[in-house]
Amino acid sequence: MPIPFDASNLLSPAQIRQAEWDALGYNTINLGPTHPATHGIFQNILQMDGEIIRHAEPTIGYIHRAFEKLAEHRPYNQIAPITDRLNYCSSPINNMGWHMTVEKLIGCQVPKRADYMRVIIMELSRIADHIICTTIIGQDTGATTGFLYFFQMREKIYEIFEGLCGARLTTNIGRIGGMEREFTQDVWKKLETFMTEFPVALAEFRDLVERNRIFMDRTINCGPISADRALAYGFTGPNLRAAGIDYDVRVAQPYSSYEDFDFAIPVGANGDTYDRFMVRIEEMVESFSIIQQAMSKMPEGPIHADVPAFYLPEKQEVYSKMEALIYHFKIVMGEMDVPKGEVYHAVEGGNGELGFYLISDGGRTPYRLHFRRPCFIFYQAYPEMITGTMLSDAILTLSSLNVIAGELDA
Amino acid sequence: MELAIHNIIGEKLQTLLGDQYEGKHLEYDFMVYHIHKSKIAEALELLKTDADLNFHFLTTLCASHFPENKGAEFVMMYQLHNMYQNVRIRIKTQLPENELSLPSITQLWPSANWMERQEYDFFGINFEGHPDLRRILNMDEMNYFPLRKEYRMEDAGRDDKDDKFFGR
Repeated sequence: MPIPFDASNLLSPAQIRQAEWDALGYNTINLGPTHPATHGIFQNILQMDGEIIRHAEPTIGYIHRAFEKLAEHRPYNQIAPITDRLNYCSSPINNMGWHMTVEKLIGCQVPKRADYMRVIIMELSRIADHIICTTIIGQDTGATTGFLYFFQMREKIYEIFEGLCGARLTTNIGRIGGMEREFTQDVWKKLETFMTEFPVALAEFRDLVERNRIFMDRTINCGPISADRALAYGFTGPNLRAAGIDYDVRVAQPYSSYEDFDFAIPVGANGDTYDRFMVRIEEMVESFSIIQQAMSKMPEGPIHADVPAFYLPEKQEVYSKMEALIYHFKIVMGEMDVPKGEVYHAVEGGNGELGFYLISDGGRTPYRLHFRRPCFIFYQAYPEMITGTMLSDAILTLSSLNVIAGELDA
Repeated sequence: MELAIHNIIGEKLQTLLGDQYEGKHLEYDFMVYHIHKSKIAEALELLKTDADLNFHFLTTLCASHFPENKGAEFVMMYQLHNMYQNVRIRIKTQLPENELSLPSITQLWPSANWMERQEYDFFGINFEGHPDLRRILNMDEMNYFPLRKEYRMEDAGRDDKDDKFFGR
């Protein structure tokens, strides 16, 4: 039953109050949708009083791809590539989050070795995500050097991902039930090189930026948000921790054996751009230590659970064994026997709590899949954070929130 | 300890809502509370403001569509989190197709603003008292609610493609 199109209720608050602002002599500026300073597709209609922002109205949805609808039409193992495209700066975390959601639904216990491999991959992608955010903050304050040099480390991480799965950005690492393959010798070698090079590169970047007078003047008290407002706006992840709340899904509801590792949750005090920057820098240190612990404690054993109905069998077995062939065929054709039920599983993504709410009716595809996307929820606070500040601070606030368009629009 | 708080929640909801509180059950690791749609705002306010319960964080909310379930075609879900005691709960309410409206909870949690707009955009649920209930991810000119089950994934104007090739 299509509803008739009614243009009268389409006016946004900005359009309704346009005449009022015109009378005050404000300039209307369209920041975006494709502005080079916003690092993504974000449109904000700003009412400017000189250089001061008096009102901001974000428009989102420019790269909406209907993932929730798409997911209702795809077998469970084909949804992992969709999750890649949520927060594409740390897609392995999204992949693992999805696999763990399905594992929770089917009641599958993943072996420790696969858990530890997942932890290494997730922490590497967290570092990659934070490298992007911190260097972009530097870039937006004028410190291009940090961006150019520290970004090499992200390249090193992507080379590790390439060795793991063949892809760099949209990785689709892991399978329901565990990992698809062992780390190769080459991956271990690259990982060890990364572990020796990363602390040096991080120290170099910190020396350059962290106590830099210009950087500090530029970022301290820029786009602050109080802890109360941050909670009310549904902030999670580094942005919430920068405001002083020590909430981290890895600690609150440990998944994938995070309880085995010893790490701290860095928190800020003022929730401003500098705190968000520093929380991310400290988190990289913690992630580095988690990877070290996981590498040294890496248990021996299988890399996937014994769930033949969900985990693709070895190719060799498919050619030689009847059962493996049947399971291979069933999985590829999307005929998995999934129990009825609904689960919610959350992982600590690069930007906060990434949740998957899955309703299964026992069919071959999810009946309903809802993504709790952290960026979508906390980006609502952006107008409040930038009202009354300068335009250049608004750019800096946006990059320090690390809003990723793919996750915002799903 | 976690069970204790669930008993307290059950009792408090029962006292406040009476028959409108429709019980609870455990769904995997989540306690799900069923509440009649007429009392959903009161229930959520109690859960947020009561000092013993203190569910101060709205994790997410979402709707889902069950066209075969006559009289309760839509289900709305709210997920709340008490970070102090680390307890999460899920609140569910059923909506019939002919009166798709719920009170908006943007007064309790500003973060509900866009989440409710998203559910309006995809399911057409009308949130009463919402400050700015417009579509958010889809274009304003769209004249249907795409996540309802009767809408095919492929463009309805095309007959060369069929949903049966896409899994369901």
